[in-house]
Amino acid sequence: MKTIDQTTEEILNLAAMHFKVPRAGLEASDDFYKKFGIDSLQALELLTRLENHFGVELPDYEVQGVSDFHTLATRIQARL
Amino acid sequence: MNEHKGNSLSWYVADGVVELALDRAPANEIGVAMLEDLEQFTASLPALESHASALIIYSKQKAGFSAGGDLRELYSLAQKTDVASARKRMREFLGRIHAVFNRLDTSSLTTIAGVHGVCFGGGFELALTCDLIIADKMARFCFPELRLGFIPGFGGIPRLKRDLGNALVRDLILTGRSINATKALSCGIASQVAAEGEALRLARGAAAQVAKYDRATAAAAKRFIKPIPTEDLQREIDIFCELFTRPAVMEGLRKFVEDAGPHPYLP
Repeated sequence: MKTIDQTTEEILNLAAMHFKVPRAGLEASDDFYKKFGIDSLQALELLTRLENHFGVELPDYEVQGVSDFHTLATRIQARL
Repeated sequence: MNEHKGNSLSWYVADGVVELALDRAPANEIGVAMLEDLEQFTASLPALESHASALIIYSKQKAGFSAGGDLRELYSLAQKTDVASARKRMREFLGRIHAVFNRLDTSSLTTIAGVHGVCFGGGFELALTCDLIIADKMARFCFPELRLGFIPGFGGIPRLKRDLGNALVRDLILTGRSINATKALSCGIASQVAAEGEALRLARGAAAQVAKYDRATAAAAKRFIKPIPTEDLQREIDIFCELFTRPAVMEGLRKFVEDAGPHPYLP
């Protein structure tokens, strides 16, 4: 079973790859909307990428208001 | 005619396959412009059906297949008049939408939706008129209408009930959550999932295959497999019109329409 830190790290790696930015510039506490300059539709793309990677379903209402990677990781972790 | 370019879509026919490309920026919102183009397309269907075998519906917009009904237009339609007139205009609009969607649903062509990106609300309802949905791995499907206080009005609930178990219909409608292509495949909304960017290619492959088959037989099989839920479709229009003009819905729509930020208002 993954730890929350492992899950967070995988999310950061996937987000960096998806939005084509260097992983080194990302922190778990970053606001990914501001960091990537994305809107809610683009955030859904990231959500899809994460669901496919972790093999989970993450209802939109569970990530409503979530804007940092660490909180996103806790939502995913709860479904692993 | 074998090809046509409208304001929000285009179509052409080649080798027995009609390809209908939705192309209204930013995300193929379905309002009057798209409806008029779709009406023109369905008026052409009898001629197309006489020499084609399959219809592929897909999108040229990067955002996805379709983000659904044009909520700004719907809000504007309801705003400029009294409640009774707004309901009447909404009923007329829905009647036209249903006529087009029902015609697509009952086409003798084997219809294939190649879905990428967002397939929400009215866009999802358009895809559900098709015999097959081939979903890009990154596609998402959603009925968010309840989040704004109304229900799908373009035939979504009866068609979803036709295709899925009621438990998942309740989940999708009552939570308004979006699901990915993997889930869509496992629950039977999509019958095939494509790698990223490959949904149209897979749709073309399926269309080329069905083009080999006897049309009369395929059409008879389709009529047998896929009944039109006529009573439920009419009931959906009635419920939608009853709900749509309520003050709470108007207020939610106003917030959505006036929100120009990256996160549009959606409870």
